[in-house]
Amino acid sequence: MHNYISRLTIFISTFFIAVAAQATPGINMPYGVTPISNDIYNLHMACFYVCCVIGAGVFGVLIYSLIKYRKSNGAKAALFHEHIGVEMTWTIIPTLILIALAIPATIVLKHIHNTDESGLTIKVTGYQWKWKYEYLDQGISFFSNLSTPQDQINNLAPKNEWYLLEVDNPVVVPVDTKVKLLVTADDVIHDWWVPELGVKQDAIPGFINENWFLANKIGTYRGQCGELCGVNHAFMPIVVEVVSKADFEKWVKSHGSATFASSSLTAPTTNAKPAALMTEADLMKLGKEQYEKTCAMCHQVTGLGLPPTFPALKGSSVVTGPLSAEDSLVIHGKKGTAMQAFGDQLDDKTLAAVITYTRHAWGNEELNKKNKYPTTIQPQDIAKARK
Amino acid sequence: MSESIVLDHATDHDDHGPAKGFTRWLFTTNHKDIGTLYLYFSLIMFFVGGIMALIVRAELLEPGKVLINPEFFNQMTTMHGLIMVFGVIMPAMAGLANWMIPLMIGAPDMALPRLNNWSFWLLPFAFTMLASTLFMSGPAPDFGWTFYAPLSTTYGPKSTDFFIFAIHMMGISSIMASLNIVVTIFNMRAPGMGWMNLPVFVWGWLVTAFLLLAVMPVLAGCVTMMLMDRHFHTSFFDAAGGGDPSLFQHVFWFFGHPEVYILILPGFGVISEIIPTFSRKSLFGYRFMVVATVIIALLGLVVWGHHMFTTGAPLEAQLYFMYATMLIAVPTGIKIFNWVATIFKGSISFETPMLFALGFLVMFTLGGFSGLMLGLVPADYQYRDSYFVVAHFHYVLVSGSLFTIIAAVYYWLPKWSGHMYSEKLGQIHFWLTVIGMNLTFMPMHFLGLAGMPRRIPDYALQFTDFNQYCTVGAFIFGFAQLIFLYIILKSCFSKDKGHVSAQVWEGAKGLEWTLPSPVPYHTFATPPVITTGHREY
Repeated sequence: MHNYISRLTIFISTFFIAVAAQATPGINMPYGVTPISNDIYNLHMACFYVCCVIGAGVFGVLIYSLIKYRKSNGAKAALFHEHIGVEMTWTIIPTLILIALAIPATIVLKHIHNTDESGLTIKVTGYQWKWKYEYLDQGISFFSNLSTPQDQINNLAPKNEWYLLEVDNPVVVPVDTKVKLLVTADDVIHDWWVPELGVKQDAIPGFINENWFLANKIGTYRGQCGELCGVNHAFMPIVVEVVSKADFEKWVKSHGSATFASSSLTAPTTNAKPAALMTEADLMKLGKEQYEKTCAMCHQVTGLGLPPTFPALKGSSVVTGPLSAEDSLVIHGKKGTAMQAFGDQLDDKTLAAVITYTRHAWGNEELNKKNKYPTTIQPQDIAKARK
Repeated sequence: MSESIVLDHATDHDDHGPAKGFTRWLFTTNHKDIGTLYLYFSLIMFFVGGIMALIVRAELLEPGKVLINPEFFNQMTTMHGLIMVFGVIMPAMAGLANWMIPLMIGAPDMALPRLNNWSFWLLPFAFTMLASTLFMSGPAPDFGWTFYAPLSTTYGPKSTDFFIFAIHMMGISSIMASLNIVVTIFNMRAPGMGWMNLPVFVWGWLVTAFLLLAVMPVLAGCVTMMLMDRHFHTSFFDAAGGGDPSLFQHVFWFFGHPEVYILILPGFGVISEIIPTFSRKSLFGYRFMVVATVIIALLGLVVWGHHMFTTGAPLEAQLYFMYATMLIAVPTGIKIFNWVATIFKGSISFETPMLFALGFLVMFTLGGFSGLMLGLVPADYQYRDSYFVVAHFHYVLVSGSLFTIIAAVYYWLPKWSGHMYSEKLGQIHFWLTVIGMNLTFMPMHFLGLAGMPRRIPDYALQFTDFNQYCTVGAFIFGFAQLIFLYIILKSCFSKDKGHVSAQVWEGAKGLEWTLPSPVPYHTFATPPVITTGHREY
């Protein structure tokens, strides 16, 4: 209770400081690190000050009247009820103020719409609930998932500094370079928003929107999906790492012209040579890890899911049935649901591991054994199932 | 000769009071009964929607999972929005219209009494259908009150079909109610009551009714297209079939933007009645007020694109929508300035209706400021879909609509029930509401500017403090409304005889104050005589 009172005091004082003075971090819009975000900030503050002046006038007259003309003070009401001159004045002056605000807004907006002469083009695709980035000229492409562990979300472990604002594969871009974004989505509408870059762009399935940013300061900038996109809307953050041009070259080289491979997020093209057979223990270990990262958000760590939207895997007829059904569902997904075509996102080894894990965990192993369905799957099986 | 017939007829009516029991309410065609039904319905839904808001705020007390899972969270935000807009504000405004328009224009009843009965009785069924989705297997509507496609079509839960039909029923109800209001105001004004002599509340509702007639059919079309996409293999909103998801947003906001003026214009009317009464001074600039209302409504029909600045609209479209949107600030400003000018050099007293009207004036102005900021497209890129927007529309809707409804109830309750409410309790209710409301929604501005998206059940650690203020504020705000409930029930069901005069408020002007309190079951069977300037001080 004491805590709340002290916080309340802090809140009230911070509010007045915020109104009276300028931005303190976490209260105002960030100034940002791009020319556009700076322009937007200045526009925002200009409009804020204009509102403050108008507010001071309106509330000043109001408070004065409420004190001066109280009936309890013996005030007698005046009889006037119209004055064309006064009314015209407060029609025309606001119009002029609005024109004064619209001019800089128009200039900044024109600047935002100029996506020419970019040095790097990245295609951004929103999925339920992750982002895919494709560097069109460098031939690099990868998925970017939330990396905050489920335990932290469920309050079973202490939370990281960047709880819910951290990903496995951040977008890496060079400093002082105009980066053009081609934004779209695979399923529902998402929205790519990084406040410090001054970019918010809806990702609409079937359409490509353009936007751009030019970061002039090295650092890590974080944002989130801005458009309600289903159950895990809160769990698809964006992390942009702005690095020096030399570091960016290095990063491009190290990830080659092929598809980006980080942790287990490797796409099928890397399966040039047949993978070696894996032990059940290895598969289970990798499978559990990947399951908790990719699958548990919907199907839950307990395998109980959130039926009927997200079916339980424990005792499920797919997971404790013929292997081909599960293979096909995991590789090709189910249209119109959040179950995506994971064949495009995970390599054979990881898919085999995840499927092995689901066919063992939560008592599914016994059911599979009883009905003589396979429990351990090798990467080769996945390669076959893809064909 | 004809005069004596009218008089006889009036006497007849006075003889029979309302029917007894439940059938009185089920079959009633009396505008006062129907107004009461609307208002009680709205009151019940207010608490239902409020409990949902408190569940949302409780989940947001701290980062991590607190009470409910994200899926239920989305259902709560969706249902809260739908219920507050369609189940609370709109029925309450319709209730005020039913009660007050005939009394204010000197008409014996609404023009189409049976239609009136039907337009109310559709509502409880529509909302029962909507609420029943919460008890079905599978999620209730969980795509936000704006129900953007394809989240609500291809990806929508099965219960979406119930939602679609509930919207259809509410739409029919609103269309019939507004039709009735238009016909009543055009045809049933007492002789001598010219257009420029009409109470501003009646003007506000007349304009609102036309807006409703213009956009409700569009909403019906929108949900019908959804239904076709979901079940009949059309592709209005599905890019894979040649459709366009942003078409949905155009159609929805063509309804949705005028809708916010539908929620607010009758409230402007209420304020224009209350402020003169408690300032004991005529409304400043009646003509400008009326013209401003009409201009707001007309501009409101052509600015829907400002809800879609981040959807990739072309530059020219964005510029047009920005200029048109900013223009709305001019007539809205005129209204604010004229209310202040009405108070200026008045003789002011601070009864509860006046307190809520002043609370409206201050907080609606703040909401107007954030609205102006949102209208600037480049800045909108940073505000859109963040908590800044949540703060903005709660400032305009809670103060603009809810506060005006509460003010109207305090203002006319003694007239309706014949019992004065407890002024002390009313003042406590006001201050708790104002403090709770500001504690809830002011920090949301800062959260949004700092980068917190709306509609998220869990958030990053830097947002914790402000979210906790919001939650504490929301509970103060919510529980303060129990006082309001008590005050209303006490006034309506008090056994002792009321001692309220016909005038009720010292400074009150207008036809409704010429009638005894409580108002008889039938009024103005003989049209009153209107002299010009009957509302002047």
